[in-house]
Amino acid sequence: MSQPFTISLDSLMKPIDFEAMKEAATSGGCSSSSCGTSAKPSDMDEATWERIKDHPCYSEEAHHYFARMHVAVAPACNIQCNYCNRKYDCANESRPGVVSEKLTPDEARRKVITVANEVPQLSVLGIAGPGDACYDWKKTEATFSAISKEIPDVKLCVSTNGLALPDHVDELARMNVDHVTITINMVDPEIGAKIYPWIYYNKRRYTGIEAATILHERQMLGLEMLTARGILTKINSVMIPGINDEHLVEVNRWVKERGAFLHNVMPLISDAAHGTHFGLTGQRGPTAMELKALQDKLDGGAKLMRHCRQCRADAVGLLGEDRGQEFNLDLLPEEVVYDPSKRAAYREIVAEERGDHVRAKEKAVAAVKENAAGGHTILVAVATKGGGRINEHFGHAKEFQVYEASGRGVAFVGHRKIDAYCMDGFGEDATLDATIAALEGVTHVLCSKIGDCPKDMLTAAGIEATDAYAYEYAETAISALYAEATADKGEARAVA
Amino acid sequence: MAFKIIASSCTACGACEFECPTAAIKFKGETYVIDAKKCTECDGHFDTQQCAAVCPVPKTCVKA
Repeated sequence: MSQPFTISLDSLMKPIDFEAMKEAATSGGCSSSSCGTSAKPSDMDEATWERIKDHPCYSEEAHHYFARMHVAVAPACNIQCNYCNRKYDCANESRPGVVSEKLTPDEARRKVITVANEVPQLSVLGIAGPGDACYDWKKTEATFSAISKEIPDVKLCVSTNGLALPDHVDELARMNVDHVTITINMVDPEIGAKIYPWIYYNKRRYTGIEAATILHERQMLGLEMLTARGILTKINSVMIPGINDEHLVEVNRWVKERGAFLHNVMPLISDAAHGTHFGLTGQRGPTAMELKALQDKLDGGAKLMRHCRQCRADAVGLLGEDRGQEFNLDLLPEEVVYDPSKRAAYREIVAEERGDHVRAKEKAVAAVKENAAGGHTILVAVATKGGGRINEHFGHAKEFQVYEASGRGVAFVGHRKIDAYCMDGFGEDATLDATIAALEGVTHVLCSKIGDCPKDMLTAAGIEATDAYAYEYAETAISALYAEATADKGEARAVA
Repeated sequence: MAFKIIASSCTACGACEFECPTAAIKFKGETYVIDAKKCTECDGHFDTQQCAAVCPVPKTCVKA
């Protein structure tokens, strides 16, 4: 195994010493000529990889290294969804459509430049509402054109419900918006009528099946227009048990046929306190295992995104972290000047680190396949701060990244959000109960450090937790765990 | 003959401002306000009042 670099991506929490990082990156067993080679997956062409390799939402691999930010410049919306309440606004709530403050295009420009200067992982600027980016078009357009002048290499993307999308596809193409997300929850208006109470279209309000039919037709038209122009598309679908869960198989087929690049099935977030129609009527969201079962069923159709964190319309940072509060309007300087040096230095380091990660991953996948006799499967939850490594304490983790090891290799399959167990050094049993519930189906936990007490409680719940693989790549550690697990089962392969 | 916006339930999304055919709606302070002198209730423009048709909160754009 190649020696891991001693730079850690969590050092990015602190002021960055690029000289030290560079030295570490170039000294640590990284003299071979293959270092820094492409992290491109083998089933993807080079041109597509170039377009997504720094996009945390379009590439699972990239999401360990690169950050996105959303600017909440587009508050107006042209449809009502039963899972959305436009009155709701809370700084502590993390889910789509929620923001703390709305920005004008000029305020957004100042915010993006400030973030680009301080968060070197930043690669993507998205507009995801809190209303609809295509309906509230003038603000979306003004924001993109101001920012792309100053930071030309930032990737622009929008998220839309699709109703106004066909009106703006050509402008999106002209502004080099290369990634568009459409939320498509149905391809059958009968089902759509249960999700959308009304739409506003052509200067009037439509309801029921008529509304859902128009929305469906506009979504399909928009998707086809984007595909025809070579713009990459991601389809978000909210999984609503009993309403569209089975139906999403059909949605996957439709969007694949129309050239969607990715399909992202997200669990319904539903709580009476949010005041949404679904929250107030007791419509539940799916469990983590129900979501995984549906995603597994969709495997083989349109490529799935499984690393979505359903972020806020004003999120800043790596997926899974939100630094938005650090960049609230009252904290921004009046005058800002973009300094590209930090982002450039970070990219250089990441290019090398990624090459190393990819080789470690390939080796791990091959080892797991070799050990796979007997069809054994393990589900492993990893505590990480980024970089694809096991580098977070169990007690500090706010989420776990979940990997599955089976005869097919090792693959990232999702994440589980939890409340951090450790508060100022004191763990609370009640919180661990919730963590154990959130880890349903998980067989192993990997973290950089774990106390005996939580470890024993996890063991009692049938989950094996260890810090023996601290700072390793997740895949490398999982392949070792898998070898142990298959040997324990007496299913280890006969060595020739 | 005019509509008004109930400030306490307005989300300040601004959709009404750009849908209003007579430019009667402006952002003032914390909320959007309809200028009663300019509001025609969309008479002669549309069958329904645009502010009420697009507003995400029920009973927020109402007859003054």
